[in-house]
Amino acid sequence: MSFAILLIGTFVRDSRNIVYFLTQFTLVGAAAVTIMTMDGQVNFTFSNMYVDDLMGDFLKLMLYFSVAIVLVYSRGYMQDRKIESTEYYMLAIYATLGMMVMISANHFLTIYLGLELLSLALYAMVALQRDSARATEAAMKYFVLGALASGLLLYGISMIYGATGTLEISGVAQAIYHQAANRTILMFGLVFVVAGLAFKLGVVPFHMWIPDVYHGAPAAITLFIASAPKLAAFAMAMRLLVNGLFELADQWQSMLMFLAVLSIVLGNLAAIAQSNIKRMLGYSGISHMGFMLLGLMSGVVGGDRHFALNAYSSSMFYVVSYVLMSMASFGVVLLLSRAGFEAETLDDFKGLNKRSSWFAGVMAMVMFSMAGIPFFIGFFAKFSVLQAVVAAGYIWIAILAVVMSLIGAFYYLRVVKVMFFDEPVDSTPLTASADMRVLLSMNGVAIAALGLMPQTLMSLCAYSLLGSL
Amino acid sequence: MTGIPFLSLAIWVPIVGGLLALATGSDRNASAARFVALFFALAGLVVSIPLYTGFDVTTSAMQFVESYAWIPRFNIYYALGVDGISVLFVLLNSFITLIVVIAGWEVIQVKVAQYMAGFLIMSGLINGIFSALDGVLFYVFFEASLIPLFIIIGVWGGPNRVYAAIKFFLYTLAGSLLMLIALLYLFMESGGSFNILDWHQLKLGMDAQTLIFWAFLASFAVKIPMFPVHTWLPDAHVEAPTGGSIVLAAIGLKLGAYGFLRFSLPIAPDASQAFAPLIITLSLIAVIYIGFVALVQTDMKKLVAYSSISHMGFVTLGFFIFNPLGMEGALVQMISHGFVSGAMFACIGVLYDRMHSRQIADYGGVVNVMPKFAALFMLFSMANSGLPATSGFVGEFMVALGAVQFNFWVGFAAATTLIVGAAYTLWMYKRVVFGAITNHHVSELTDINNREFVFLAILAVCVLVMGIYPFPVTEVMHASVNDLLKHVAASKL
Repeated sequence: MSFAILLIGTFVRDSRNIVYFLTQFTLVGAAAVTIMTMDGQVNFTFSNMYVDDLMGDFLKLMLYFSVAIVLVYSRGYMQDRKIESTEYYMLAIYATLGMMVMISANHFLTIYLGLELLSLALYAMVALQRDSARATEAAMKYFVLGALASGLLLYGISMIYGATGTLEISGVAQAIYHQAANRTILMFGLVFVVAGLAFKLGVVPFHMWIPDVYHGAPAAITLFIASAPKLAAFAMAMRLLVNGLFELADQWQSMLMFLAVLSIVLGNLAAIAQSNIKRMLGYSGISHMGFMLLGLMSGVVGGDRHFALNAYSSSMFYVVSYVLMSMASFGVVLLLSRAGFEAETLDDFKGLNKRSSWFAGVMAMVMFSMAGIPFFIGFFAKFSVLQAVVAAGYIWIAILAVVMSLIGAFYYLRVVKVMFFDEPVDSTPLTASADMRVLLSMNGVAIAALGLMPQTLMSLCAYSLLGSL
Repeated sequence: MTGIPFLSLAIWVPIVGGLLALATGSDRNASAARFVALFFALAGLVVSIPLYTGFDVTTSAMQFVESYAWIPRFNIYYALGVDGISVLFVLLNSFITLIVVIAGWEVIQVKVAQYMAGFLIMSGLINGIFSALDGVLFYVFFEASLIPLFIIIGVWGGPNRVYAAIKFFLYTLAGSLLMLIALLYLFMESGGSFNILDWHQLKLGMDAQTLIFWAFLASFAVKIPMFPVHTWLPDAHVEAPTGGSIVLAAIGLKLGAYGFLRFSLPIAPDASQAFAPLIITLSLIAVIYIGFVALVQTDMKKLVAYSSISHMGFVTLGFFIFNPLGMEGALVQMISHGFVSGAMFACIGVLYDRMHSRQIADYGGVVNVMPKFAALFMLFSMANSGLPATSGFVGEFMVALGAVQFNFWVGFAAATTLIVGAAYTLWMYKRVVFGAITNHHVSELTDINNREFVFLAILAVCVLVMGIYPFPVTEVMHASVNDLLKHVAASKL
C-alpha cells in the first residue's frame, strides 16, 4: 500500500511553494507506487483490513490525477484570497489518504476510518476562509449533518456486526450467503448503511448540505468536494453494497432506485431556479449522482447476475466522466474569479465568448457534455447507464431519466446562452496562470476527445471491475 | 468500388475546414476565415460528387460502405453507407453548404470565423446523419448537429433569438431522447447490435413495434416538423440569420423525413401500417390548415416557414400512402424543397440585408429598382407554388397522383395545396415586388450584385433542370424505394 503519503511530516516548513510541489510530488509518487504494485491479483493486507485489486488501483489512479488537477486549479485562487497555506495542502493530502483508505478497505471499520479522515479534512477545508461568515456557516452545516450521517453509518455497521458477527467485508458476504445472519437486523443495518452512503454521495433526500456547502465554501474547495470524493463514495458503495451485501441486492437496489429517481427529479428541477452557478452545479451534481445510482441499481435482475459487470462498470464510467466534467466546470469558475471577485453568478459569465472564445468554448463543451449531448463524454456516460437500465428492464425509469435530462438541458443551455448570446458586463482580462490555462484546456479537450473515443476508458472500467465481482 | 472513403471525406472535410476556420480567430482575419470556409465547402462538394457518379442505380443495397469498430464494448460501429435515398441528401447538403457560405460572405461582419465554422461543422455532421448505418452513430450525429444551429441562431439571429434558439434546441432534444430509449431497446431485442440493417430484419411484436414507432415519431415529427409539434419552426426561422434559415429549411427538415424512411417504416412496418391513417390525417392538416395559416402572415420569413411545414406535410403524406409514386414523389419533393425553400430564404435575406425588414407591408414595387432580383425571385415563387416546369411541380404532382390511387378524397384534399400554395406565395410576391414604389426606402434599393446573382442563379438552374428533367434524380432512388416498399408490405409479426 502506498503510504508514501507519510512524507507529510516534512510539511512543517513555511515556504508554500515547496509545500505545493512536495504535495504534487507525493501524488505522483503515490501514483507510481500504485502502478508498480498493480498486478491484477486481489491481495489482502493488514490482517485482511485492506484489499488491493484492480478496481482499487484504477480508482486510486483517477483519484491522484483529479486531486493533482484540483490543486493546480485552486492554487491561484487560494493565493489571491491569501488562504493558500501549508494547512490547505496538508488537508488535501489527508483527504486523499482518507479516500485511498476508503477505496481499498476490506473492513467496515476501515471504510469508516477512511471516511472520517476524509470528512474531517473537508470540514476544515470548507472553513479555511476564516473571516467569511458564509464559509463558516457552510462548514458548520456540513459538519453537523456529516456527523449525523457518520452516526447513521456507524449504527448500521453495528447492526450488521450484530447480525453476522464479523466486520470484514468478505466475511459478511460469506455469513449472509450461508444464511447465518438474522434477516431483520440485517435489513435494519442495511437501511442505515444506505442512508449514510446516500449522504456522502449527496443524493435526495440526504442532499441538504450540498447546495449550501457548494455555495458557501471557497470555490476552490467546492471544486475539491465536487470531484475526487465522488470517486471515493462510489468505491464505498461498491465495497459495502456489492462486495459486502451482494446477497441483499434486491433490497438495496429498490432503495437505490428510490434515491436515484428522487435525485434526478429534484436535482434537475431545483437547478433551474438557481442564479448562482455554484449552487446550480451543486444541484446538477445531485442529479448526476442519481444517474450514477441508476447503474448501481441495475446489476441484479430477479436473481440473475450476469448484468452486474455491465451495470457497475457503466456506473464507474459515469462517475469518472462526472469528475472530469465537474473539474472543468469549476475550473472555469476559478478562472474567472480573481482577487476580491467571485465569479459566482450566471451574470458573471455574460459575454465570455467576447472575452475569451477559447474558454467560452471549453465551458460550452462542459455544459453540453453534462447535458448529455454527443460528441462529448457526458453523452456516453448517460448512454452506458441508460443501456444498463434498459437491459435490466426498467424502461419507464429510463424514460423518466431522459425526460429529466431534457429539463437539465435547459439550465446547461442557459449557461451557454449567457456566454455566447449576451454582451459582457465585465471586460477585465482573465488573469490565470499559464499552467492552469494549459491544464484547463486539456481538461476541456479530454471531454471532447473521450467523447469521440470512449472505448478505452469504458473497457478500463469494465476490466478493472472484473476481479472484484 | 474504389478504395477512397468518399463518405468519410464528405463528413470530415467540412468539419476539419470548420476547425481551421475557427483557428483563424478574431475578426481581423475575417477574410481568411471566409476563404478557408469557401475552399472547404467547395472541397466538401467535390468529394461528394463521386458518390453520385459512382452510384450503381440497379441495386438497393448500401454502397460506399465503410465499417470500423468504434466502441466494441457496446458493439458500436463507425459504419457508413448510402442507398438511393440517402445519397441525394448528402449531395444536397454539401451543395447547400456552399450556397450558405457564399450567401453569408459580406453579410456577416461579426465573429465571421465562428459563423463559417458553425456551418461547415454542421454540414459534416449532417452528412454523417444521412450516411450512418449504426444506430448510435446516427444518434450522435443527429444530436450533435443541434449545437451549431443553436449557436448560429443565438449569436447571429434577430431580436428574439434567445427564445427561438432555446425553443428549437429543447423541442428537438425532447424528441430525440425518446429515440435514444428506442435505440437501446432495439439493441437489447436484437441481442446486442446497433446495426440499422440488422434491425430491419428483426422480428418484433406489435406492442414493441408500437412503442418504437411512437418513440421515433416523437423524434422525427418534431424535426420535420409535423402538425401539431411545428411551433418551433416559425420562431427559429424568423430569428435565424439567412444562412441558418437556408440550412434549416433545405436540410434540417429533411432529417426527420429521412428518419422515417430509415427507421420507422422498415423497423416497425406493422405499426406504420396501423398508424398510417393518423399520419395521413396529420399530414393533410399540415397541408391545408398550415397553408391557410401561411396565407395570413405579414412577415415574409414566417410565411415561407409555414409554407415549408405545409410542403413537408406533402412529404409525410407521400410516405404513408405506401405506393411507389407517392414515395418517390415525396423524395423528389424533399430535394426540390431543399432548393426552393433555400432559395426563398436567400431571396428574403437579400431584401432584408438592404431594408432590415421582413414585413411584407414595408415593400412594394421592388421590381422597378431590382429587375434582376425580381426575375429570379419570381421563378422561385412559382416553384414554391408548384407550377409546372419547376421542380416544385414534379414532386407535388407525383404525390397527388399517388394519393388519388390510394384514396380519391385524400388525393383531392392534398391537391388543394396547388391552389393554396399558389395563393399565398404569389400574393406575397405580388405585394412585395409588383405595383408602384410605395416608399422611399424601396426606391433607394440597389439590384443584386454579382455574388448574389451567382448563388441565386445556380439555385435557379437547379430548380429548372429538376422541373424539366427529373429523371437523374428518380433513377437513383428507384431501386431503393421499391425495396423499401416491399419491406414495409411484409409483416414482421
